[in-house]
Amino acid sequence: MRRVAITGLGAVSPAGLTAAATWQRVLAGQTAIGPLRLPRMEDVTCPVAAQAHAFDPDAHFSAKRQTSLDRVSQFAIVAAREAVADAGFLPKDPDLAKADVVIGIGVGGMNTLDDSFHRIYGERGRGVHPLTIPKLMTNAPASQISMDLGLHGNTFAVASACASGSHAIGLAFRAIAHGDCDIALAGGSEACITNGTLVGWSALRILSRDTCRPFARNRNGLVLGEGSAILVLEEWERAVARNARIYAELVGFGANADAGDLTSPDQAGAEAAMRRAMASASLTPSAIDYVNAHGTGTLMNDIVESRAIRAVFAADRLPLVSSIKGVLGHCLGAAGALEALATTLALYHQLVPPTANCTEPDEECGLDVVADGARTASLRHALSNSFAFGGLNAVLAFSAWDPVKSHGG
Amino acid sequence: MDIVQSVREIVAQQLSRDVSEIGDETNLEESGYDSLDVLETIFAIEEKFNIRVPVDANDPAVKSLKTVGDIIGLVEQALLKRMPA
Repeated sequence: MRRVAITGLGAVSPAGLTAAATWQRVLAGQTAIGPLRLPRMEDVTCPVAAQAHAFDPDAHFSAKRQTSLDRVSQFAIVAAREAVADAGFLPKDPDLAKADVVIGIGVGGMNTLDDSFHRIYGERGRGVHPLTIPKLMTNAPASQISMDLGLHGNTFAVASACASGSHAIGLAFRAIAHGDCDIALAGGSEACITNGTLVGWSALRILSRDTCRPFARNRNGLVLGEGSAILVLEEWERAVARNARIYAELVGFGANADAGDLTSPDQAGAEAAMRRAMASASLTPSAIDYVNAHGTGTLMNDIVESRAIRAVFAADRLPLVSSIKGVLGHCLGAAGALEALATTLALYHQLVPPTANCTEPDEECGLDVVADGARTASLRHALSNSFAFGGLNAVLAFSAWDPVKSHGG
Repeated sequence: MDIVQSVREIVAQQLSRDVSEIGDETNLEESGYDSLDVLETIFAIEEKFNIRVPVDANDPAVKSLKTVGDIIGLVEQALLKRMPA
């Protein structure tokens, strides 16, 4: 098995238009959740969302190019461009051109779908744009990244709802570890904040009406978000040989299915996924210093995830736990990728992002959820949890890279 | 419209059972209801009576919906709210 370095990061999120801006706001615990703004609001009862209002397509794409790009692909391309530049690759690098692209998508081109259906049902008799189908197909963000950056490796979308971003990174990790490719762009993208999506989520009756408060006693549901995060994964020796900046090492991936309830989280499934991720990394629970939680802010997720964490880790060796969804909302297919990015930067800076909006930590959860602001801590290894509707769990394991130790050894 | 009979019919359909087996005291969970069955039942009631029933899955109060009678009570409250003062 070959080792996998994380050498580039890119993001577009409600909290910022770059990885650095997103990280700074996540660290500050300053929520990006605000009043919902949409062109159509028929039957929408949810008043809040975490939207990337500052994102300006004109700053990145010509008018002609925009006609073929749903917002979900625009986010993904912008994040991918940033990640590749951050990794220090020059355009047309022949090694980069062989890279895989694996992008997690929860629902895909929902703006295109909503706009097109509005024309069909709302404005009867109007046709739809000729590129409607290739704009909304689930693989559009992965394909558009490959075309934008000239990448010819194995390129595809991964769909596992709220765990898509983590599954995508996990699959790309395996491809490099097993020698299928040397470089991969992996992450997730979502642009799901539309009239239709919000009506659908409201029908599940789990959306908060004000804000997302993970692990808080007064939590009252999740808030939808949007954005993208892309990581450049690279075979370790190659990254070291070219003197790349290594943010952290991706060391494990554990995924499974509850095969139980459609929407309720399952403690046993969550536990098993965390154990699998650690086993694949040859880590024991006592080596994990931080868990970036799924932490959606629903009544059910946070208590079940807390119980799973307390079952996996010894009571006197509980890792620090935090959820960044209080800042970013739940970005569905992008969530796992944004959280992998945050976990990577937590290890790189030895700094744990806080759980924003958790002013009243729920004692029943029984965890230190870093509610008082970002915390400096010695972090050796970390997990990032994602648990999806449909009972699909994906957990990534990361290790901090100590350059001094590694060079000395 | 007979509220009691309508709710019984909706619950019976959700459980794939005969309506004669469903009474006010029928315990939903013991009869096989899970959280999604509750949501689907509420939706069926909203469709049938053309009302909005304020149920939030994050509200611990949702657990107080234990019997068919509890759901009937919820519908009666929602219908009252709809009537002009």
